[in-house]
Amino acid sequence: MDEIQQAFVVEGRELLQMMEDNLLQMEGSGSDSETINAIFRAAHTIKGGAGVIECNFIVEFTHVLENVLDEMRAGVIVADRELIEVLLNSADQLGALLTCVENNSEPGDDVNLTSAALREKLQHYLGKPAAGHDVVLTEASVQASGGGEMETDNWHISLRFGPDVLRKGMDPASFLRYLMELGQIVNMTTLPDAMPDADEMDAESCYLGFEISYQSEADKAKIEGVFDFVSDDCVVHIWPPHSKLADFISSIETLPEDTMRLGEILILCGALTQHELDFALSAQADRVDDLSAQPKIGDLLVNQGVVTAEVVEAAAVKQGRVADKKSIESQLIRVQASKLDQLIDLVGEMVIASAGANMQARKSGETALVESTSVISMLVEQIRDSALQLRMVQIGETFTRFQRVVRDTSRELGKDIELLISGSEAELDKSVVEKLGDPLMHLVRNALDHGIESPEVRTANGKPARGTLRLNAYHESGGIAIEIIDDGAGMNREKILNKARERELISPNQVLTDSEIFGLIFEPGFSTADKITNISGRGVGLDVVKRNIAALRGSIEVESREGQGSTFRIRLPLTLAIIDGFLVGVGRASYVIPLGTVVECIELSEQDRADTLNRQYINLRGEVLPFVRLREQFAISESGGRRENIVVVQYAGQKIGLVVDELMGEFQTVIKPLGTIFKHIKGIGGSTILGSGEVALILDVQSLVALTTAQQNRM
Amino acid sequence: MAKSDQAHSTITVNEDMTIYNAAVQKQMLLDALANCEELDLDLSQVAEMDTAGFQVLLLTKREAIKANKAVRLTAHSKAVTELLDLYNMASYFGDPMVIPASEHAAGSRR
Repeated sequence: MDEIQQAFVVEGRELLQMMEDNLLQMEGSGSDSETINAIFRAAHTIKGGAGVIECNFIVEFTHVLENVLDEMRAGVIVADRELIEVLLNSADQLGALLTCVENNSEPGDDVNLTSAALREKLQHYLGKPAAGHDVVLTEASVQASGGGEMETDNWHISLRFGPDVLRKGMDPASFLRYLMELGQIVNMTTLPDAMPDADEMDAESCYLGFEISYQSEADKAKIEGVFDFVSDDCVVHIWPPHSKLADFISSIETLPEDTMRLGEILILCGALTQHELDFALSAQADRVDDLSAQPKIGDLLVNQGVVTAEVVEAAAVKQGRVADKKSIESQLIRVQASKLDQLIDLVGEMVIASAGANMQARKSGETALVESTSVISMLVEQIRDSALQLRMVQIGETFTRFQRVVRDTSRELGKDIELLISGSEAELDKSVVEKLGDPLMHLVRNALDHGIESPEVRTANGKPARGTLRLNAYHESGGIAIEIIDDGAGMNREKILNKARERELISPNQVLTDSEIFGLIFEPGFSTADKITNISGRGVGLDVVKRNIAALRGSIEVESREGQGSTFRIRLPLTLAIIDGFLVGVGRASYVIPLGTVVECIELSEQDRADTLNRQYINLRGEVLPFVRLREQFAISESGGRRENIVVVQYAGQKIGLVVDELMGEFQTVIKPLGTIFKHIKGIGGSTILGSGEVALILDVQSLVALTTAQQNRM
Repeated sequence: MAKSDQAHSTITVNEDMTIYNAAVQKQMLLDALANCEELDLDLSQVAEMDTAGFQVLLLTKREAIKANKAVRLTAHSKAVTELLDLYNMASYFGDPMVIPASEHAAGSRR
């Protein structure tokens, strides 16, 4: 796939998303002209782009779609539920066609069948039967007679053969003969105009063009197929019967011959009537006073009221769109993700290097040096922040994608469910967003299928018949929390417990907290669903969700109240690359605690040290604070100094203390992943290199908190 | 194969008018045209003609019109007729105002 195609696919997908959003909005709150215009523009731009990369299957499909949308803009067709369904399906189909472009393949039979079926449906709205050829344009109101529609029943084919055709062993004559097998050439004009003067004329080059009026039962694809062999070397324009004049003329403009001559040729072919041409010619004559600005005949035909107000409007809209697009383009630059990654990598190295320089400077004790390195590290910090900011995207886009999922799925399930979105401006790293899609999809489907009850059940339980699913996001202690909230049946605590005992996930007498019980649903193969639907409930998935989230250094928890609904809450770090850390020392080793999780640091007094030899918690201003001694946790043998400190960290609302020897202050660091051998070590999230070149381990606060609170609960 | 008397000359094309001969024939016909006022082309021996050959005829005809000379096609072979018909160009060569092309029109129009 070359660059243009790639750009087309990317832009196409964006436009399709826009189209879908607008269609859903239309379905939800009725259609206004702005929405329809937006949808039309999306389709129109896709068609234009497809034309540029010569992707005919998209052009053909979009053309019909565009016609229907055009009629909707004109108010001729009014959008109903059924039409919106068809349009949504068409958008999906365009997506499938884009995938074909992406894979560099022609659409397969099944895709083509869907295309044909949808086109048939769309044609139905245009009020004219498809009648074998796919491009039937409806006539709009016309001011002048002889105008908008060509007065002929014939196809019109315009051919310009390239110079190399003959040398490649192909003869235009044979294509024409083949054409005659498919139908009848009513009239044909051979155009030798491109042939240069005798001296320059190369006898082995082809200079011919043809304007053909053609009668055939074949459809456009078949007629086009005639010229398949020469498609690279021949400009082929095919206009179906009753094409709109404006289309015709503007396309003619692109041909090499001058327009006056073409006007004559077209009459000769019966494509235009003499009346139509005279009309345009007289207008041309009217303007002789301004010779330099004498308009081309093609323009005239278009401008002479031969064209409808709608077409003019469309042109104006198009101009506006081009302007819009330009201004957006100047605000946004497309950059390859890999380039950004490289930049972030470099910034990461720079962060480490600057930390090193800082340390050296401080050691040297030269004030001036310390000062300048601290300025540098401040700048580096800013660079790091803005570099990371480059990769930040709002989560809203991910959320809105679920509008369609909710709509389709709830329809399939016979439920009435509304999706509410909040916090969509919360930002997080693009790489995180990308990996978030699948788990979110799973949770949403889960909520739709198992969470929210059918309208009958809801009404019987005194709830509104329409269920609500909410997607919410907010920033929280250096990370982001994403909630999937439904107001459905909630989960039955006992049912989960029984199932867990049945499957021997827990011992019969074990007492669990609510969050532990609900946490069981993330165990592999765990499903409490009574029946399996094709949407979810096979017990495969929630464990995968948990694993995916964990891979992002995030966590997932669930709250549920029976009869009132469930809330799944995903917590994620904002980025995967760099963290602000808090450097602490235990023995001779250094550890980094993610700064976002640190609440406060307190000294562990002599009194407390004596008290806590036998218990694992202290009294923090009247609160019980469980703690873990890192020395014990990581089995560090050498004895510490005389003093110990507690770093209070918080994760998911749980506070614990980490007992360390030394507090070394804030430290900005790049996360280096640990090898798979260390995967199973609890409490370590990664490693980093200190300015001195030493390796420090990054603490995984999440798992330390889980570990400590689990111990605490057992006591 | 060319008889020339300055004012009028007749050329009989003996080979096929296809892309293989087109360059040679182009030069031959243009040279012949340059040396006379009226050029008759006997195409009866042309067993095969393709688009390249057709273009050579077209060019000769056009050059003749430009120079205010005449080119007549005589004794079309079947291949020539067929291609001229296909391209709907028989009337171009047979335009009575300039030169009669087809055999039966030749006598009456001049």
